[in-house]
Amino acid sequence: MDQFTLNLLFVGASFALYIGIAVWARAGSTSEFYAAGRGVHPVTNGMATAADWMSAASFISMAGLIAFTGYDNSSFLMGWTGGYVLLALLLAPYLRKFGKFTVSEFIGERFYSKTARMVAVICLLVASITYVIGQMQGVGIAFGRFLEIDAFWGLLIGACVVFAYAVFGGMKGVTYTQVAQYCVLITAYTIPAVFISLQLTGNPIPALGLFGATESGEPLLAKLNQIVTDLGFAEYTAAHGSTINMVLFTLSLMIGTAGLPHVIMRFFTVPRVSDARWSAGWTLVFIALLYLTAPAVGAMARLNISELMWPNGTSGEAVSLEQIESDPDYAWMATWQKTGLLGWEDKNGDGKIQYYNDANEDLQAKAAENGWEGNELTNFNRDILVLANPEIASLPGWVIGLVAAGGLAAALSTAAGLLLAISSAVSHDLLKGQLTPNMSEKSELMAARISMAVAIVVAVTLGLNPPGFAAQTVALAFGLAAASIFPALMMGIFSTRINNVGAVAGMLAGLAVTLLYIFLHKGWFFIPDTNSFTDADPLLGPVKSTSFGAIGAMVNFAVAFIVSGMTRETPQEIKDLVQSVRVPRGAGTAVEGH
Amino acid sequence: MSQDTDKNAYWSANVRLILISLAIWALVSFGFGIILRPLLSGIAVGGTDLGFWFAQQGSIIIFLILIFFYAWRMNKLDREHGVDEE
Repeated sequence: MDQFTLNLLFVGASFALYIGIAVWARAGSTSEFYAAGRGVHPVTNGMATAADWMSAASFISMAGLIAFTGYDNSSFLMGWTGGYVLLALLLAPYLRKFGKFTVSEFIGERFYSKTARMVAVICLLVASITYVIGQMQGVGIAFGRFLEIDAFWGLLIGACVVFAYAVFGGMKGVTYTQVAQYCVLITAYTIPAVFISLQLTGNPIPALGLFGATESGEPLLAKLNQIVTDLGFAEYTAAHGSTINMVLFTLSLMIGTAGLPHVIMRFFTVPRVSDARWSAGWTLVFIALLYLTAPAVGAMARLNISELMWPNGTSGEAVSLEQIESDPDYAWMATWQKTGLLGWEDKNGDGKIQYYNDANEDLQAKAAENGWEGNELTNFNRDILVLANPEIASLPGWVIGLVAAGGLAAALSTAAGLLLAISSAVSHDLLKGQLTPNMSEKSELMAARISMAVAIVVAVTLGLNPPGFAAQTVALAFGLAAASIFPALMMGIFSTRINNVGAVAGMLAGLAVTLLYIFLHKGWFFIPDTNSFTDADPLLGPVKSTSFGAIGAMVNFAVAFIVSGMTRETPQEIKDLVQSVRVPRGAGTAVEGH
Repeated sequence: MSQDTDKNAYWSANVRLILISLAIWALVSFGFGIILRPLLSGIAVGGTDLGFWFAQQGSIIIFLILIFFYAWRMNKLDREHGVDEE
């Protein structure tokens, strides 16, 4: 059986499983559609939340970004896990006690204002749609690879599949499907990592292999540092970027995680307040299984690629074109070339492909000496690394098929969760809550599905010209959530002083300033060439657009406090509401808002 | 009235616990992983230094411990102050 058929088989079988579960657990009423009837155990909920949360960015993109940058991209690892500490300590139990379905319902009631609820819906939509763009990129790459077509067509086909899949059911269908997706994606991520770790270090646990030694007794990371510096690239384990930017970037990802509506919504679906606390922990357990493996995947893949391009060592001859075309160890290069995400060119016509950093002065001298005319591995999209990893390490065909299925599971589960958050914001908060309160359940469900379709079309259109690699696009979405939603939720629980005007002003200020900073650097509405600055040379010293969310959040807090201080005090009944949210006793099942 | 004072005591115990947990949270990630990394550079771990380990693995492990510790401690606190769910 050839690789193409094998991939189709794995992807097809996993899809049949998800759709089967979705049909079996189909949502009947609106309450089931949004919150799965609240019968979800913390461990099950944790596993589903982990699948919901770990997206194309975590599965497909993150290890690739770490592989090519090393230590500096540790922010993704700390940021996307550290947010769960904030969620568990500052938000989850209180929002569960409050007992409504959506984040904006809480904001609307706590700040006793329809305007606040509207503003929250807008913030939520902006962050979620940006997030979906990143997911669509990942979907495009995964479909492009396994159908062996251009990533553009992969994106269009993927969008149709995501849509068909997301309208099938609500949260309940999604919860059990996501448990299945978690199992598929974690197996797909771990198995190749175990193989590669065994090959390189003899240790079956990749997380330990990363700090282990290679066959020669030299530590893996020391060997990697040596090879990449020989080729003129920055040392893998050393810090190169600005410390301030790294701190702000990590903080943005953390706060953003705790402010993402589709993640927070998950904690409304556990039976009790104490379960909401446990549930955040279980979610992180299942996420950590992937996140502890990811840095090993990145480092080991970088080592494998470097050694493949320089089979005789960095001081020997580079790999020849003939070998790339004929040697089965290099077959992955030809398959990935078809997606347009990998490319090479024999610039100096010596029949060999030299891969090195041609911006490095030492290497320029070496190049002049040897007649090289620039780096010849001309295109290596970071986002392909994880999917290509098993092929790069020459693992068996079934592992490659499994990874394709895993990548799609990751992208699909998150896209579905986000679409659910978007559709509930539009149909439940915007239409039913504000514009047409007398809407029937049936037309509410219809509106939910139409808004999903619109969101996908917008995401695909913007996803054709993405503002960065998948994980970077997703990082922008986190910045937006960090600057708008999280501060409002936290102040709503921990301060009785913040009033309606303060909260609205804070959210608007945080969202506006962050959006402005992102558009100035990434182009207005992500349209290329409309930017005034670049992330290589940002407006505010070292602060890149992906790191601005933390500053946006501080602006939000400051504005809310100042404005609240100047306006009328919070009424007594709202103070009582805050007091009741703070204690678990009396938590009923959630009721539908109006 | 006594019920109110007890609720206040419960809430300040909770806030204290949150502050301690967040201090550890910040120390392992922003501290050991980023800002204080140069101070830890003398401690070698598998071909690199302890700060690198904290940035790529250590902080995640500590985060996990923190969340489970908080959940356990708070659920106990709920019962002690009689505010748990029956």
